[in-house]
Amino acid sequence: MKVSSTASISAGTTPARNRRVDGALPVGGSRSAGYYFVSLYAVLLILFGVIPTGYAIFLAFTKTGGGFAAALNFTRAFNDFRFLPAFQHIAEFLVVWMSAEVILILILALMLHSLSTRTSAFFRFLFYMPGALAGAASVLVWLFMLDPTLSPGHLFLKGFGLSQLNLVLLPGHLPFVFALIAFWTGAGGWIVVMYGALNNIPEELLEAAKLDGANALQSAIRIKLPLIKKWVAYMLILSFAGGTQLFVEPQLVGQASAGLVSNTWTPNQLAYYIAFNNDNFNEAAAISVILLVLGLGGATFLVWRTKFFEIN
Amino acid sequence: MKIFKSSGKLIGLLILVGFTAFFFVPVIWVVLATTKTDHQLTSAGPFTFGSLHTFIAAWKALFGFDNGIMASWLKNSAIYSFGGVAIAAFAAVVAGYGLALTRFVGRRTLLGITLVTMIMPATALVLPLFLEMNSVHLTDTPWSVILPFSFFPFGVYLCYIFFSSTIPRDLLSAARVDGCSEWGVFRYLALPLARPVVALVAFFAFVADWNNYYLPFVMISDNNKLPVQVGLEYLISSTAAFNPGNPGSGTELVKRPELALAVLVAISVVAIVFLFAQRTLVKGLLAGATKE
Repeated sequence: MKVSSTASISAGTTPARNRRVDGALPVGGSRSAGYYFVSLYAVLLILFGVIPTGYAIFLAFTKTGGGFAAALNFTRAFNDFRFLPAFQHIAEFLVVWMSAEVILILILALMLHSLSTRTSAFFRFLFYMPGALAGAASVLVWLFMLDPTLSPGHLFLKGFGLSQLNLVLLPGHLPFVFALIAFWTGAGGWIVVMYGALNNIPEELLEAAKLDGANALQSAIRIKLPLIKKWVAYMLILSFAGGTQLFVEPQLVGQASAGLVSNTWTPNQLAYYIAFNNDNFNEAAAISVILLVLGLGGATFLVWRTKFFEIN
Repeated sequence: MKIFKSSGKLIGLLILVGFTAFFFVPVIWVVLATTKTDHQLTSAGPFTFGSLHTFIAAWKALFGFDNGIMASWLKNSAIYSFGGVAIAAFAAVVAGYGLALTRFVGRRTLLGITLVTMIMPATALVLPLFLEMNSVHLTDTPWSVILPFSFFPFGVYLCYIFFSSTIPRDLLSAARVDGCSEWGVFRYLALPLARPVVALVAFFAFVADWNNYYLPFVMISDNNKLPVQVGLEYLISSTAAFNPGNPGSGTELVKRPELALAVLVAISVVAIVFLFAQRTLVKGLLAGATKE
């Protein structure tokens, strides 16, 4: 998701230019040709996008033995003693992760923007690299990094009184641990995006500010930040939608810490647990639908309420 | 004033160095860990090099583990990723062309749904997809992973952007006037020009598929059919150091340097593809930017 969101931005600004062209030039070709070209993709979209969504909604409103369940599956999921903690964990994780993103990514992007193009390209590459380690590999890397007996940062960890992996993985630390892993893999992509957005600010504007006596800090806060505000919003909406789905980090850390992390720590894990350990697909579907609404909500908001993606 | 300025620069430099270390040191550590014994990991300094001999021993142990299951996982990852990428890239380039250069009823709706599904986190659909695959008895088969991989709306969007910004419509009209069929226009005119964007789509799809964890984790239950990312979890559960009280289910145990090596092998495939594709990728990324 991270890689794709990065590139969509460089691509996302181009179609607007063609608006004018759209109506003016003859389109040509027969109407049926269009259907012919999109047919394979449309079939895939229906089979693996639309139908699973519809099927999950259907199951969420069906009783285990069949028949319309109304909100039964939802109330049962809600009353599960693990339901509210899972959402609370996600909320804590999102607060830590998204604050870190806003503060650190903006600072780093502004700093890179003040360097020469070549130097900043070098740093952008370095920061972007861990993105290739997404998934299970990155979690494993951090299992090593957070183990005070192995980690190159052991002095740092011990400075906080963390002399064993068990102490690092105390329940109150987990939102920070998962935010750290998520930040490590995802930040580089967003730094590239913010850097690109900063590069789009007209040079004259910054010149004018300089002539008016603004120093580097003032022009960063008063001019650059307000102009890239919408990209920050974009990042936060995507992070929110993606972050609610957290799964692999708590799953693997739980596996490696012999149960220090509950296997129902996030809603997605809980849905998985209910589906496969309790064999209750209907209740699992109800949780999936809640998560789907959160993801879909963010996406729909971006497409129809903002001007990021223009369709001609 | 001057002192103030240079101390600001110093703080800036420190922040940059600090974050470079944060992003890069873990990678270096993993590479070095593969050359050390499990004991050396804790006793020797974190940035020391072990020996090539130890590296070879770790390699043999990792690929010998569980009758060479690591090699099967890599092969599975390759099959799932390449299968998904092949269908996704073909569907994307054809659909992107259709969406950009033909007009039909429902086109804007299709574009809108494409955007929403592209932005929506793919994880949100995994359990629903499992329920669907389960109802047609496809779970635990390669298809349960390859088919969902082949739905790649981001690729369609990239191709749509490419075709709507780089292919002059006059050229297409001219070909039609000359008697070229609709498919011929696409096949002999548009497709050859689209090579860079196809490479770009294939690369993004490959990285996403290779690194995907949740979908195969849910779909595949047979250990021998797992892709390497999910296999890593199986390795963790067989690592004595991570399971002190419960030394895994199997009799064989994995040591931490072998686990680090597994990480290195899993990620180096993406790194190698990236290095080979770099030139085409840069061309693809610039293609949209250099028009008019």
